[in-house]
Amino acid sequence: MSRLYNLTKGIIKENPIFVIVLGMCPTLATTSSAMNGLGMGLATTFVLFGSNTVISLIARFIPDKVRIPSYIVVIATFVTIVDLVMQAYTQSLYEKLGIFIPLIVVNCIVLGRAEAFASKNGVLDSVLDGIGMGLGFTFALTLLGGIREVLGNFSFFGLRVIPKDPWWSKAVFFHDPILVFILAPGAFIALAYLIAIFNRLKKN
Amino acid sequence: MEYLIIIIAAIFVNNVVLSQFLGICPFLGVSNKISTSAGMAGAVTFVIVLATIVTFLLQHYVLNPLGVGFMQTIVFILVIAALVQMVEIMLKKLSPALYQALGIFLPLITTNCAVLGVAILVIKKNYNLLEGVVFGASTAIGFGLALVIMAGIREQLDLANVPKGMKGVPIALLTAGILALAFMGFAGIVK
Repeated sequence: MSRLYNLTKGIIKENPIFVIVLGMCPTLATTSSAMNGLGMGLATTFVLFGSNTVISLIARFIPDKVRIPSYIVVIATFVTIVDLVMQAYTQSLYEKLGIFIPLIVVNCIVLGRAEAFASKNGVLDSVLDGIGMGLGFTFALTLLGGIREVLGNFSFFGLRVIPKDPWWSKAVFFHDPILVFILAPGAFIALAYLIAIFNRLKKN
Repeated sequence: MEYLIIIIAAIFVNNVVLSQFLGICPFLGVSNKISTSAGMAGAVTFVIVLATIVTFLLQHYVLNPLGVGFMQTIVFILVIAALVQMVEIMLKKLSPALYQALGIFLPLITTNCAVLGVAILVIKKNYNLLEGVVFGASTAIGFGLALVIMAGIREQLDLANVPKGMKGVPIALLTAGILALAFMGFAGIVK
């Protein structure tokens, strides 16, 4: 039961973006489309999974004073692995995400989970926690990316969802895509409303 | 002229917070009061310039000759973490007054992705050392500008009647979105 909870809590209840509000930079920067959000989310999930596993194994042997630098080295190692693998196999996504792949290293979620969970719990729990948090992050990024892509480009995962010249095109404001949503301000505005909706739902 | 373009582009056109999305955490975290955000901006400027110089030299005189460019992320983050610690210790000894002003912000800077971001961007854009320093300093000024404007707005926002669900993070993000819209007006000044 508690094992299952470790896996699922990150998705809604302790969602890193909507509830804990950590790791804002990649959330805002890489969600101009659902695909980019999904890619960034999965890359971070892998890093979380790897760093949580290794840190839960070695936490006992690390002196307390140097634990943060040690964790950062472990995290940076996994980020480098992701960086090199993505550069080799998913070139176009790698170019779109750009600088935000190496910047996973300073994503507060990863270090936060290492410090708050992996260093105090067993391997299995830490693995589940890492995957769960990663999936919650991926869910949030894909959702935000999807909303921005639909509003800003009328497409979802690159597929057009609203036809080019619909019959209502002259009548309603859904005439042209709202371009601002895939630009920088749209990221802030879309995330603001998503968190507000989440806050509201949580209260009920 | 080249430097002027770098400066204007980094401060206004590609503002580090509002269009590059670097350093959002401190942007949302310490933008409650103008005085604290000005302190944070000062500390960030100091660390970014130092970190840019050190990481630039490391990349070009250590990592590249040894052919271990892939170690960039690991080396850079360690250098920045060490640098922040060192600056903190040195400030404490040399200038207690400045330490009093900047002290509490320094540990926070390690996790500010703007610092690592600028260090990596300087390498990616193939700047030379002087261009890198100018780029780093103006990025930091852009960060400070966004932070101080945001703090000014948020001080007023405290007095406003915000809907319940929008309180806290959402309204701050919405404000940032409107600010970002305003900064989009600078687009096109330089290519």
